[in-house]
Amino acid sequence: MRTRLGGFPTFVLLLGAAYCLFPVAWVLIAATKSTGELFSTTTLSVGSSLVANLGELDSYRDGVFWRWMANSALYAGVGALLSAALSGVTGYALAKYSFRGRALIFNALIAGVLVPAVVLAIPQYLLMSKIGLTDTYLSVLVPSVVSPYGIYLARIYAAASVPEDVIEAARTDGAGEARILGSIALPMMVPGLVTVFLFQFVSIWNNFMLPYIMLGDDGKFPVTLGLYTMLKQGNTTPALYTLVVTGSLVSVLPLIALFLTLQRYWRIDLLSGAVKA
Amino acid sequence: MRLDIAKKALALGLGLALLAGCGGGAEQSADGPVELSFWAWAPDIDKVVDKWNAAHPETKVVFSKQAQGDDLVTKLLTSAKGGNPPDLAQVEFQALPTLVSNDVLADISEGAASAKDKFAPGIWDQVTLGGSGVYAVPQDSGPMMFYYRADLFEQYGLKVPTTWDEYAQTARDLRAKAPDKFLGTFSSNDPGWFAGLAQQAGASWWGVDGDTWKVSVDDAATKKVAQYWSGLVAEGAVDKSPMYTPEWNKALNDGTQIGWLSAVWAPGVLKGNAESTQGKWAMAPMPQWDAAKPRTGNWGGSTTAVTAGSKKQKAATEFALWLNTDPAAVEALVKECGIYPAATSAQEALSQPPAFFPNQPDFYTLAAKIAATSSGFTWGPNVNVTYTAYKNAMAEAISAGGDLVPTLAKMQGATVDDMKANGFTVGG
Repeated sequence: MRTRLGGFPTFVLLLGAAYCLFPVAWVLIAATKSTGELFSTTTLSVGSSLVANLGELDSYRDGVFWRWMANSALYAGVGALLSAALSGVTGYALAKYSFRGRALIFNALIAGVLVPAVVLAIPQYLLMSKIGLTDTYLSVLVPSVVSPYGIYLARIYAAASVPEDVIEAARTDGAGEARILGSIALPMMVPGLVTVFLFQFVSIWNNFMLPYIMLGDDGKFPVTLGLYTMLKQGNTTPALYTLVVTGSLVSVLPLIALFLTLQRYWRIDLLSGAVKA
Repeated sequence: MRLDIAKKALALGLGLALLAGCGGGAEQSADGPVELSFWAWAPDIDKVVDKWNAAHPETKVVFSKQAQGDDLVTKLLTSAKGGNPPDLAQVEFQALPTLVSNDVLADISEGAASAKDKFAPGIWDQVTLGGSGVYAVPQDSGPMMFYYRADLFEQYGLKVPTTWDEYAQTARDLRAKAPDKFLGTFSSNDPGWFAGLAQQAGASWWGVDGDTWKVSVDDAATKKVAQYWSGLVAEGAVDKSPMYTPEWNKALNDGTQIGWLSAVWAPGVLKGNAESTQGKWAMAPMPQWDAAKPRTGNWGGSTTAVTAGSKKQKAATEFALWLNTDPAAVEALVKECGIYPAATSAQEALSQPPAFFPNQPDFYTLAAKIAATSSGFTWGPNVNVTYTAYKNAMAEAISAGGDLVPTLAKMQGATVDDMKANGFTVGG
């Protein structure tokens, strides 16, 4: 009985997986086609010019694509790292210390989670231009570091994974607050912080509006913006479809690699949850 | 538990130091060359900028490639509001009034008024907005033309239509002979294209008299155009899928679309989207409403503008003039960027046909003749609103069966409402 019932959910999940993976497969296949093939051959027939496309992408405007990739890596890598650190410390403080205004701060954070980042891009631009930081790496990095969602997640995680008893025991043994945070609490929070890091990394990597508004110099563009300039060249010139498709493929590879390398931390997370429950 | 104040301060200071470490914009030294920032989207225009930089060591133009479209107008507006726009920007003709009425662009008549004679009057009027100021230097224009697959026209025994009546008949004949093919498409996604068709029919969407604007997006000429296409769409004589989609690219490739009402820059687009059809296309003047008085509209075309926020307007104006009037610069624009120059002398100097049209050696001679029949047009301060209304309402009208005329009233309403909301005086 049970095994027969199992067939249907599996089918639904497979359907879901196919739904999610098909676009990825499309990009993979389309990246192998030359411009002529892209619009003339059937969707799933593999083309012959993946290498040629990569070469063309590599030489496009003296390899500016790789600069965009490096920029994206900088924005997403540094931004997510700082964001995870900030979220970890803030989340821990909000979860483990009771001080006046804590509820207020936390409610403000929840409200912050609900405000889409896109809405903030233009006010952030005007603020940045007041302090003369527009069109700099900082103008994209600074707003990316603060993530209400990350702090929220870290607070929930700290509350659940760092037992009060352990902190009290450490205090009894004479450890200072900084030492407790650094040597005891943060290591316990690692799976949660990895989650925050990954979320932030992906959201900064995919972010479009903020860098679009902040940056004028195309040498500082992240890859999302760079690909957009290749796509939108006006009515009068054709979009560089093959290069954009190939570029999109290359630009998701780091994300895939990151997930594959960091997913073992998530496994620990799941296990620890299971034990507690 | 109370946190130590000193530790809090330390944490904060550490954070700031970390952030500051990643910054560091290159400050320009006072006695170095003047640096001008330039936003544009034309492909390979950086190679033309390099030529300027090689010849003018005292004024360095720093080019930054941007994505074209309404978004760039928004970005220029935002950056001007923030007080740090680029010195120079590529701006489409229809966006000039928007930017001028928001004080984004500088009046460069002092340095640029003398360039008037180098452009056709209809083009020059669009950068002066009909007044005494000069807000940009024209770069390229897009007189509309009719492109068709010469090989398929021959195969189906079709004649190149010279009037709109003939165009409709040709479209029907083709459907009868080859039911899977179309002479063209009515695109709900390309307001610039429709505006060009309306211009050809003699439409005048905006006009300004003193401080009072006159808006007539639904004037008789535009209604005539909408009526005409409604008929073709309703009877299925033309396709109704939008242009610039992968599907449309495919249709150009495999000969489903055997004609395209486009502009002078079409060869570049065809080359990029349908490379395998090289040498099979030919260009002819637009079908006419009145064969005795040939006219055409403009689709696309852009300018080089200097921003009001720039502190180096004089040097920037010099560059804008050089880019669009210096023979060597314009030649490079044509060769590297594939644009059709706005400067009249440069239009006449084009002798080789586009590489995609080896079968039509007199391409540019014919193009210059067609360009001379362009009708002038005054753009309003909110073309983006009109265009958005076009996209929404046209798509709706097409899926509802194809009566396009009521769409014009919607476009008119949206345009007038938006102008009034933004403080413009709109007369009756």
